[in-house]
Amino acid sequence: MTHDTLLILSTIILLLPLLGFTIIIFWGKRIGATWSGIIETSILGIALILSIIVCYSKLFTFASEELIQIKFTWFDFGTGGIKVGIGLDNLAAIMLIVVTLISFLVHFFSTEYMKGDKRYSRYFAYLGIFTFSMLGIVLANNFLFMYVFWELVGLSSYLLIGFWYEKDSAANASKKAFITNRIGDLGFFIGIMMIFFTYNTLMFDEVFEAIGNGIFPFDSTAFLTATGILVFCGAIGKSAQFPLHVWLPDAMEGPTPVSALIHAATMVAAGVYLTARIFPMLTAGAFIFVAFIGAITAFIAATIAITQFDFKRILAYSTVSQLGYMIMAIGVGAYTVGFMHLVTHAWFKACLFLASGSVIHAMHHALHHLHDHHTDPQDIRNMGGLRKKMPITYITFLIATIAIAGVPFTSGFLSKDGILAATLAFAHLSGGGIYWLIPLFAFSAAGMTAFYMFRLTIEAFHGKPKIKAAAHTKENNFQIVAPLVVLAILSFWIFYSINPFDISSGWLYQKLPAPTTVVPAESQWNHLLPINDKILETQHNSHSYANLFEEEMHHQHGSAMILSILIAGGGILLAFAIYQFKLANPDNLAKQFGKLYKLSFNKWYFDEIYQKTFIGGTVLLSKLMAIFDNYVIDGLVNLSSLITRGISYFIGHFDNIVIDGLVNLSANITGFLGLMLRKLQTGKVQTYVIFVIIGIILLFYWLW
Amino acid sequence: MFTILGVGPLTWITFLPIVSMIILLLIPSGRDEKSKMVSHILFRWLTVLTTFLQLLLALAIYFNFDFGLTGINQQSTMQFVERVRWIEIQNLPLLGNLKIDYFVGIDGLSAPMVLLTAIVCFAASFASFGIEKGVKGYFAMYLLLDTGMMGVFVALDFFLFYVFWEVMLLPMYFLIGIWGGPRKEYAAIKFFLYTLLGSVFMLLVMIALYFAVGTFNMFDMMDPSKYDPSSILAGADTFWRYVAFAALFIGFAIKVPSVPFHTWLPDAHVEAPTPISVILAGVLLKMGTYGMLRISWPMFPDAVRYFQDYIAFVGMVSIVYGALCALGQHKVGKRDFKKLIAYSSVSHMGYVVLGMAAMNPEGMIGAIFQMFNHGIITSMLFMIVGVIYDRAHTRGLDDFGGLANKMPVYTGIMAIAFFGAIGLPGLSSFISEFLVFVGAFKTYPVLTIISGSGIILGAGYMLWTLQKVFFGKLPERWAGPWDPTGKKYKHDDLMPVEYAALVPLAIIIIYLGIYPIPITDLMNTSINHLIDFVKTTGSFAAHL
Repeated sequence: MTHDTLLILSTIILLLPLLGFTIIIFWGKRIGATWSGIIETSILGIALILSIIVCYSKLFTFASEELIQIKFTWFDFGTGGIKVGIGLDNLAAIMLIVVTLISFLVHFFSTEYMKGDKRYSRYFAYLGIFTFSMLGIVLANNFLFMYVFWELVGLSSYLLIGFWYEKDSAANASKKAFITNRIGDLGFFIGIMMIFFTYNTLMFDEVFEAIGNGIFPFDSTAFLTATGILVFCGAIGKSAQFPLHVWLPDAMEGPTPVSALIHAATMVAAGVYLTARIFPMLTAGAFIFVAFIGAITAFIAATIAITQFDFKRILAYSTVSQLGYMIMAIGVGAYTVGFMHLVTHAWFKACLFLASGSVIHAMHHALHHLHDHHTDPQDIRNMGGLRKKMPITYITFLIATIAIAGVPFTSGFLSKDGILAATLAFAHLSGGGIYWLIPLFAFSAAGMTAFYMFRLTIEAFHGKPKIKAAAHTKENNFQIVAPLVVLAILSFWIFYSINPFDISSGWLYQKLPAPTTVVPAESQWNHLLPINDKILETQHNSHSYANLFEEEMHHQHGSAMILSILIAGGGILLAFAIYQFKLANPDNLAKQFGKLYKLSFNKWYFDEIYQKTFIGGTVLLSKLMAIFDNYVIDGLVNLSSLITRGISYFIGHFDNIVIDGLVNLSANITGFLGLMLRKLQTGKVQTYVIFVIIGIILLFYWLW
Repeated sequence: MFTILGVGPLTWITFLPIVSMIILLLIPSGRDEKSKMVSHILFRWLTVLTTFLQLLLALAIYFNFDFGLTGINQQSTMQFVERVRWIEIQNLPLLGNLKIDYFVGIDGLSAPMVLLTAIVCFAASFASFGIEKGVKGYFAMYLLLDTGMMGVFVALDFFLFYVFWEVMLLPMYFLIGIWGGPRKEYAAIKFFLYTLLGSVFMLLVMIALYFAVGTFNMFDMMDPSKYDPSSILAGADTFWRYVAFAALFIGFAIKVPSVPFHTWLPDAHVEAPTPISVILAGVLLKMGTYGMLRISWPMFPDAVRYFQDYIAFVGMVSIVYGALCALGQHKVGKRDFKKLIAYSSVSHMGYVVLGMAAMNPEGMIGAIFQMFNHGIITSMLFMIVGVIYDRAHTRGLDDFGGLANKMPVYTGIMAIAFFGAIGLPGLSSFISEFLVFVGAFKTYPVLTIISGSGIILGAGYMLWTLQKVFFGKLPERWAGPWDPTGKKYKHDDLMPVEYAALVPLAIIIIYLGIYPIPITDLMNTSINHLIDFVKTTGSFAAHL
């Protein structure tokens, strides 16, 4: 297939879900709910087939392993323009399948799961716009498109979390998700501004080339580190990394298939994908930051998952923890296994979520049947014994659980093992010390993952039904279980590597583009720099041993594998011991570890702390500002008008009383005089005669 | 340039509303119910027709516009120019020969504003259908206001500019003061006095410039060689030039409005009737920033460069402070929908000021594009408030909830405006905000990063409002239909007239969000010339 055909097909894949969205939004009422679902699902089916064709052609038949792309100017401002475009490399081609397959299965699943919802067709429209945006992220070959689609997946996530917006908790959760993401996105955006300021372009390849030529923001590699970290902030938000992970568990308010698609398999992995995309420009400092964020997230989320009771929340924290794994993998330099974990995790986590959807669906119906509207269908304390009632759901869930726990012969084992080896290699090569914390966090999180996942499985599926409703559940029909089966099958190792113990021999590993770096040697880890002469010496195949790190990873592989099997096995055994065989009472354990238990159960108090500090602070500040504006600034305006009015009042009165008073006074005096003199005019001759006589007398008196 | 009946299109577009106003005044209002109703329909549709013709003219101007001409400081590169002597008085004491031209023309700076004015006036004329009181007077005032606004954007003679500026003020005062809400007198007088204060500053500077140059021609005022060397405004970087610039800036900043001159806006918006809020936010606010770019920047390039940092600071403060005040609305006093949008306008116009201060193509084009987009989006927001106010007779944010189920189409259209205000990619304001930010970052990295918090706060108050009004449960009192008689509102969702006002604006927001070139290319040449002009003239004058 030629360059152009591939790009045209990719564009069609990108636009198909948007077409579905447009059809349903404008004509959804006319075509009816059922048909909306069918149309959107079949559109995704077409997109999936096209994606498989594109991916196969790109990976195996296309001549070049390189990125193929088109660029065009979106808008310009006279002295330059903003170029954007789409590109397809092996990374994007694989992601295309991940996104379209999961999206298709979720669509298929939803046709049954969402049946009877009053906004059924709207739901499919939202899924359509989400898939479009997610594919946009996959195909973006520049920071701007990345950001554009980044925000659009945020929007679709907002719409879908708040899909049942009549519930306040759903509306709150969607708002929280959007705003928390915006905080991370602000960092991303500042990073983009820095890149544009420095390089006047936002294309990935052009920026990397310029960095390779020694151009840095503000002429300093420190700012290059800062730029990398700022862009990574976007990933912290979207991939729910510490400290912005708080939105993801709340996002479980959305419909369960949505949780599977957006908040487990694809959108939250976009952060990992972004970090993989900017891998070449990350400096040693940025890598450390990324690695620690990932490791801390993996650890904290795993500790929280241990004590939760909500089926979906346990899975949500598990997602956060696994995303931390991927981020950590990229941070230590193992970009290939990090991305592989994204792929394998997408299948088994989607499987887990859809299975949870199947369980909740069944529980919901059973409760409904019993006219019980108060019991929480998601609480694992209300389940138990579902194994016999829902065998297919149980088996698929179990397979995915084994995969996420990292048991050999599963996909999860392959990728997780690679990551653990990478953390060991990193700690080893970077000179140890504090860097040993990363493998420590990674291994302990692996143990906890095995523990809490089996705790969940045992509590929900094994034993006896804990309430009546759990005994009344029954297996769901074809549309719900078929996707589970597909995803469970994909959780086996065979699809990624023939050898179940070594991922690097698999086709997927070899087809992923080799990690590169454009950062100058002095601000990069030595072991991440390519060593060209070494490639020739130890060349087993075309991609291995690009640098010291890969070599060391290979060395550490054996010990990492044995350690990880031991730890995962320990976690699983512990879960069985406590929950299946009741060798210890969980409530007593909780009491014994009182403080730790509370810390974990209350999610390390993140929400409370944020509520008190950031949210409370902003609200207080805004309140103060509103008061300030109302009373001080506007007060000054009103005061000035008051003063003016006061002055004019006085002047008015002065005018009225004093000036006009003087005028009136003079008039009054005249009038008074006139009044007085008028009395003389009596009209009687006698009076006048007397006046004449008095006058003559006075005259004489005066003359003499 | 094309002409209609021998008169240029700019004269037509400016004075067409006046012609209609005269016709409208000749139509009797009618005494009995029936003739009253007929006359009301006539008044409404005459206004719609007028603004529609205006819109057609604006489009004709747009399609005949030469994107390659620079404009800004030369008459020869301005387009659709019409120039005739208007006032001429010989041998006046002190003033000498007073010459004032009727001088209009547009370039890439004013063309988007002319288009915006035509679009907003057309949309707002539909929103005016709800006016029941003094219909004749209302529409007469509305048309006069239209002429005043259009005139401001096409005038190239400072005196003419000032005349239009004041012409627009008067009908606005009456429109708020007569057709407004409970505190309309207070709001109207506050608006009037505030704007008048700005006008006084402008008048003083205008007279000073006239004494320095000897004409009211804007282009002469931009040419340092035309200045009388003995006048106080001659030269560059002098004290008096700084004072004149500052005075002019305050005059325009009141209109924008920039913090701390903004408090007239929340009151005016809250009290004004819906269509007047629309025009106020959609067009009037842009006059402030337009005036800065048309007058302050090219006439005082030296002072712009001197005050640049302070202007950027004002922009930053407006962004953050406006956003915080909008957010604080849900905590203080009566939570009024319109007041919230008014404060969001303060914040969004802050982006414009920040972009203008950046003085590079990205920032400047972003700023003008933001003026355009804010005009469209905020117009929509006010109409959206108007829709529920007409039905529920309240704008209190606490009085609502769950409207999404009652009015689904309305909610869908509303979401476009809301997310436009948040700056979501795919909608026009994203591109303008993006340009403003990347441009401003080149000049003021720190201020820009602080301004970035406005993005988060903006999402905060907008989504909070969205949730409060549209999500959650519908309060008991709105459970029934809006209008049980079914006379005015046949169903709960939007009426055709409201569609006519809202849908075109929504289409513009989406279209320009995906394909912004029609507007950005319109201004590219002129704005780049303006930046060059300000930069080179500033340095040239400094070396005089």
